Parts: sequence; C-alpha cells; structure tokens
Amino acid sequence: MSSEEKVILNIDDACISYGGELAVRNVSLAIYEKMITAIIGPSGCGKSTLLRSLNRMNDFIHGCEQTGRISFRDEDLYDEKTDPVEVRLRIGMVFQRPNPFPKSIYRNVAWGPSINGFDGDLDERVEKALRQAALWDEVKDRLHESALNLSGGQQQRLCIARTLAMEPEIILMDEPCSALDPVSTARIEDLLFELKENYTIVIVTHNMQQASRVSQHTAFLENGVLVEYGDTEQVFTNPSNKRTEEYVTGRFG
Amino acid sequence: MLSMKARAPRYLENSLQGVFFLCAAISTITTVAVIVILAVETWGFLQHVSVVEFLFGTRWSPLLVPKSYGLLPLLAGTTLIVIGASLVALPVGLACAIFLSEYASERARNILKPVLEVLAGIPTVVYGFFALTFVTPILRTVLPETDVFNAASAAIVVGIMVLPMVASLCDDAFRAVPDSLREGAYSLGATSFEVTTRVVVPAGLSGVFAAFVLAISRAIGETMAVTLAAGATPNLTMNPLESIQTMTAYIVQVSLGDTPAGTLTYQTLFAVAAVLFLVTLCLNIAANMIMKRYQEVYE
Amino acid sequence: MAAKSNLAWRHKKAAFFRYFCIGVTGFAVLILGLLIYQVSVLGLPWLDSQFLSSFPSRFPEKAGIKSALAGTLWLVSMTAAIAIPIGVLAAVYLEEYARPTRFTELININIANLAGVPSIVYGILGLAIFVRFFQFERSVLSGALTMSLLILPVIIIAAKEAIRAVPGSLRQAAFAVGATRWQVIRAHVLPSALPGILTGVILAISRAIGETAPLIMIGALTYVAFVPEGPMDEFTALPIQIFNWTSRPQEEFHELASAGIVVLLLVLLMMNALAVYIRYRGSRIK
Repeated sequence: MSSEEKVILNIDDACISYGGELAVRNVSLAIYEKMITAIIGPSGCGKSTLLRSLNRMNDFIHGCEQTGRISFRDEDLYDEKTDPVEVRLRIGMVFQRPNPFPKSIYRNVAWGPSINGFDGDLDERVEKALRQAALWDEVKDRLHESALNLSGGQQQRLCIARTLAMEPEIILMDEPCSALDPVSTARIEDLLFELKENYTIVIVTHNMQQASRVSQHTAFLENGVLVEYGDTEQVFTNPSNKRTEEYVTGRFG
Repeated sequence: MLSMKARAPRYLENSLQGVFFLCAAISTITTVAVIVILAVETWGFLQHVSVVEFLFGTRWSPLLVPKSYGLLPLLAGTTLIVIGASLVALPVGLACAIFLSEYASERARNILKPVLEVLAGIPTVVYGFFALTFVTPILRTVLPETDVFNAASAAIVVGIMVLPMVASLCDDAFRAVPDSLREGAYSLGATSFEVTTRVVVPAGLSGVFAAFVLAISRAIGETMAVTLAAGATPNLTMNPLESIQTMTAYIVQVSLGDTPAGTLTYQTLFAVAAVLFLVTLCLNIAANMIMKRYQEVYE
Repeated sequence: MAAKSNLAWRHKKAAFFRYFCIGVTGFAVLILGLLIYQVSVLGLPWLDSQFLSSFPSRFPEKAGIKSALAGTLWLVSMTAAIAIPIGVLAAVYLEEYARPTRFTELININIANLAGVPSIVYGILGLAIFVRFFQFERSVLSGALTMSLLILPVIIIAAKEAIRAVPGSLRQAAFAVGATRWQVIRAHVLPSALPGILTGVILAISRAIGETAPLIMIGALTYVAFVPEGPMDEFTALPIQIFNWTSRPQEEFHELASAGIVVLLLVLLMMNALAVYIRYRGSRIK
C-alpha cells in the first residue's frame, strides 16, 4: 500500500457474532479511498457479515453482536450518538439478488433522494445516476415503466443506479454478480472500473477471477479470520500465506 | 406369487369416489338453490312491484298501511352502517397490521394474534348487546340528541367486529413483501416510517384493498348487532344518530312475526335478500380477483 | 443533499408513527378487555345453578337458560353429525380424486364464495327448503340442516388445506406398496391431516354455536319453556335467548343476557383452547 492512499474506513479488531456464534473473529482491515477492495473466501467465511457491518445493516438482525471499532473517516460507526440512517446515506449497498422496488424505473432511482428532502432537479439526478450505471441508453424511453420488466442484469444496474443517486462516498457490493449471467457480469465489472474514479468500492465475491480483474486490494477471509490482505496482484500471484495460495489456486473453497 | 387381483372390488372404489363427489357437489347444489329460490320469489315480488319502485322508491313500509316498497331507506341504513364500520375498522386494522408485521417482536405477535382471533370469534349477538348497553349510553351522554336506537352504535360495534379480519389480511399482505425490498430501502438511508409507508404498504396494496372490500362485504351482511342496536325504522337519512333499519334487520323483523307464505310481505324477504346476496357476492368476487393479482407478483 | 437538516424531523416522525401503531393496537386490545369486563360485571352475579337449570320466565329472578342450553346442545350435535362427514369427504374428493379441470376449479371457487355469503341468506335458504318445502317446520332438524349448510364451506376449506399439507412422499410410499386410493387416504392421508381438520372443525362448530340470524329465520322460538326431546321438536338456542333478553327494555333482563353471554363465551373459549391445543400437539408430532 503506497503512502498516497488514504484510509477511509478502518476496521479495528472487529468480532461479530450471531446468537453467540462468532462469524467474524478479530478482523483488522483498512479500506482505502477511491479504490476497489475485494473480500474473498469460501462460503460461510463471514465476508457478507463483515460487509454488512460497514453500513449498520447488521442492526436489523436480532441477536447480532459486535465488538471492536469500525470507523469511517475517524468517526466511530457504532458510537451511541451515531445515526445509522445517516451512515447509510454515506455508505450505500448493492445486494446479491437485484431488489428493485415494484415501482417505475424513475421512481426507483428517485426514491432515495426524494425521501431525503432533495430539492434540486430530480430528473437530472436520475439521469446522471442511470448514466453512471450504464443503463441510461437502455431505459431512457421507458422511465415510467415498471422496474420489474427489466432483465436480471438490468435490474442489478438499476439497483446500482439507485445507490449512486444518493451520491454516497462508499459503495458496498455483496456478490453483486452471483445471480447474473456472464454477459451482465462483464458489463457490471466494466462499470466498476469507471465508478472507482469517484467512489470507494468494497466488493465481496466468491469469484476469484472477478476479484483479480477488478480490485486493487484483496482480503482473504477464512472461518471469520483475516488470513491475508494486500495488493491484489501480490495476493494472487505471490501470496504470503499458504492457505491463501491453496484457495486462489482452487485447491479448496 | 401374490395375486394381482385387486384386493377390493373395483366397484367399491368407484362408488366411494361417487359418494365423495356427491359431498362436494352439495355446495354447488346449495348455490344453485340459493339463486333459484331468491330468483323465483323475487320474480313473484316484481310482478306486483315494479323494479323502479323497488330500487328507487324512498319509502319502505311493507307491513303498515299505506304500503310502500321503496328499498332506498334500507339501503341507506345499510350504507350508514358500512361507512361507520369502515371508519373504525380500516384505519385501526391497518395500523394493527403495520404494528404486527413491521414493529412487533415475536413475543408480541404470539400474544396479539390470538387476541385478534378471539375478537373475531365473538358472536355477533354479543356485539349487539355491547352496542346497546355500553356504546349507546356513552354516545347519548356525549351527544344527547342521539336516539336510543341509532346507526352509530351499531356501526362502531360492527367496525370492531370486522377489525380483526382487516388486520389479519393486511398483515398477511405485508408479510408477503420480501425482506430484500426492506433491506434495499433501508440501505438508501430511510427511516422505518419511510420504509413502511413508502415501500411495504404500497407493495402490499392490493392485499390491503382486498381486505377493505371483504370488510365492507362483512359489514353489509351483518345482522344481529344492527337488529339490536340500530333500530327498526326504515329511515332515508345520513345522520348516524338517528334510528334506522338495515336490509338484514328488516329480514329479521319479518321473520320474528308470523308471515304466511305466498303473501307479498313474504316475498319482500326474498327480494331484499336477493339484493343483499348479489351485492356481497360481487364484493367477494372482486376481493378474490384483487387477491389473486397480488399473489402473482411475488410468485 | 439537505440530509442533516431533515434527519432529526424524519426520526421524530418515525418514532411518532411507531408509537401511534402501538397505541392503536393497544386500543383494540383494550376494547376486547372492556367488552369482557362489562359483560362479566353485569352477568356474573346472576350465574348460579338456578340460572343454569331454570326455564326462561317473565320474572327475571326465576329465569334460566335450561331450554337454551338443551336446544344448543341438540342443535350442535346434529349439525356436527351432518356437516363434519360431508365436509371432510368433500374435501377428500376435491384434493385426492378430482382432476384439475375447469369444473373442479368452479366447485372450488363456488365454495370460497359460499364462505362469504351472509349467514342470514342461509337462514332464508333453510326457511324455503327445510321448513316449507320439506315441511320439517320449526324443528331442530331444520336448524341443524341450515347450520350445516352454513358451516360446510368453512369445514371444506380447512380440511382441504390440511389434506394438501400432507407431503406427497407419504402418498407415494403408500401407493408403492400397492394400496388403493381410498386405502391410502384412510390409513395415511387422513390421520396425518387430522390435527388440521380437527382445528377447522372446531372453529366451524364454534361459529355454529354463536350464530343467531339463521335460527331466527327458520323459526327457532324466542320463548321456549321446554327441552326438545326429538329432532322434530321446536327449540331455542343460547344466542336466541340472549337476543330475546337483550331486546327487552328492563335492566334485569339485560343482566340476564350478560349471564347468558358469559356462558356462551366460556363455551367458545373452551372450544378455542381445544383447537389451539390440537394445533400445538399436531405440530409437535410432526
């Protein structure tokens, strides 16, 4: 990690458990601004749990407990005085399965800003978000049609647009392509390259090729433990940990 | 080698199936019977009273001279009850459903759902009693111009009666909305109020409509509470504090007396019941169609 | 984005809305409590063995619900004897034998619609068919037949659901050892669906116990000072007696009515508890 890279999100000795069972154990990890950080690892290793803790989405899960400190620009995300709603305004999330609202394409993208009292030009905001998500050309003539009429890949790009409309600082992505076909996956990966100019992205993926193609930093988690974290190229071509090597060469997982 | 012959003769199996089919057919026969009987007697009624006079007449007096057969007062009475009951049941039922599906803990649900079931299981005659002996006196203290028998008491009580059904159906509708939708909304920085009112309820809206339509249908068909508390005076009014008579209460009134078959008065029973049946049938069919539509969306 | 300025207000709205929903729900529960309280306060003082064993009378102190209880007992037993077999077997046909044709679909829709028909229409049906046409007059038989028609759709729908919930693998296994369809149903499907069916039946019977309007239509009398001795006898029933007492202007009769209501609610509560217990046991066994 070069010294020009600035830490935007710092995870310090985080332990997250569900009903007593530890899913994330003593993970310490720094996310760098305007970079794509990938979190890889076998199923059930705690990557999604860790990701969800970054925008307080674990708050909705009963019996989920957390220790350690997660800070966003040096502000503790879990401090008593921190407003989780405000956290999510600044740290957005795209989910594994596309989950557009059963509303029009326009309303989907405009929903977030209008809830938040946005008083500028909504049309402009919607168009900007859809362009950034590489969806504008496909839907510009049918903005008021139902979002559910779009294909899977288009719906996921709509969900990305919806998140972008909020102009967050960080975008968390939880295996965003796992429910999509290869063509849609490739389109979204191209999208990520463009997005990283303006946004910090943390992407959880079980697809190692995707992680190596797209990210600058990669973290490898196994059984809730952070096994290795470093520059993507180094993690994939010359990993320092034997387990990492076994995983990335496909010997397990 | 085991014999391949059937252990029971074929005809036993077939006759059993025939018996079962007859059981199922009884329901069809019931519907046919209802339709035929109502149609025949109403037809007889309409030989003496024109359709126009029946449906648009403003005076209902089949028992007292001068006789008059205009249904509007009874329709007005029923409508008054329906409006009043809806004003109680729909908002309260909706709020209960929102609480049950969005805010209540597992423990709260386990207490509340049975409570609502109990409310739903209380016989209507008990609600009628409650209206007459509890609600009416309170109403008369607050608004002294209220009649002893009035539409408002009955309407309030019918609303309470229908409320559990509205709550339960709306709750089902909201629980059918997938959590992924809620997560998506929360992740955009929304509060629980916004997620509930601007994502969950709109997503479950057709279920809510179906619940409302069914509630109205139940209120229209309600008999004992209105008979006991709303009165027996056909009255074309929209003032809930007055005494009125609903279609159902009229039917009860005639039955309590001795009405010889074949008379015009006897036939009014069927004519009014026919209107009742048609209206509730249409509403129920509409509700079912609405419910089918929302089930498709999440399949 | 004007985020910070309106967040506090939005949080206030969210909190208010949450308390509002809780409050309204609490209010609904309160109403139930009020109803039970009021009825108990008025009625419990009148509840004694004399009340349970006397006939109704012009004099409130002497009045009781003996005839009403007897009538209800007769009515419910006969209704159960008629409606349960027909209802369950109809459900068996619809779920196990009938092919998914338009005709079957029509029968199903029909049953669903019948479940929503107001009870007074069933009363009219009973009046025209059983009282007048078959000339059973105002007997317990007329009442039981009318009530059976009323609760039949409820039983069928509940039984259908219970039967449908039986896993297909259970049936397949039974068929595989060479059983006929009826044998499979009798020995495997019905026993497995039994808790669900019983729950539905109990709820349907509860409904029959509380219904008044159809009985008034077929002529259950409101002043009966005898106990029915046969199915063709005239009768009264508990809800009718309550209705009768409530309609009287005197205060004492209202209190008698609440006593009757207490008895009625206790009976219904017991049936409800039985249904819950069966549902609980049924799910434990699974």
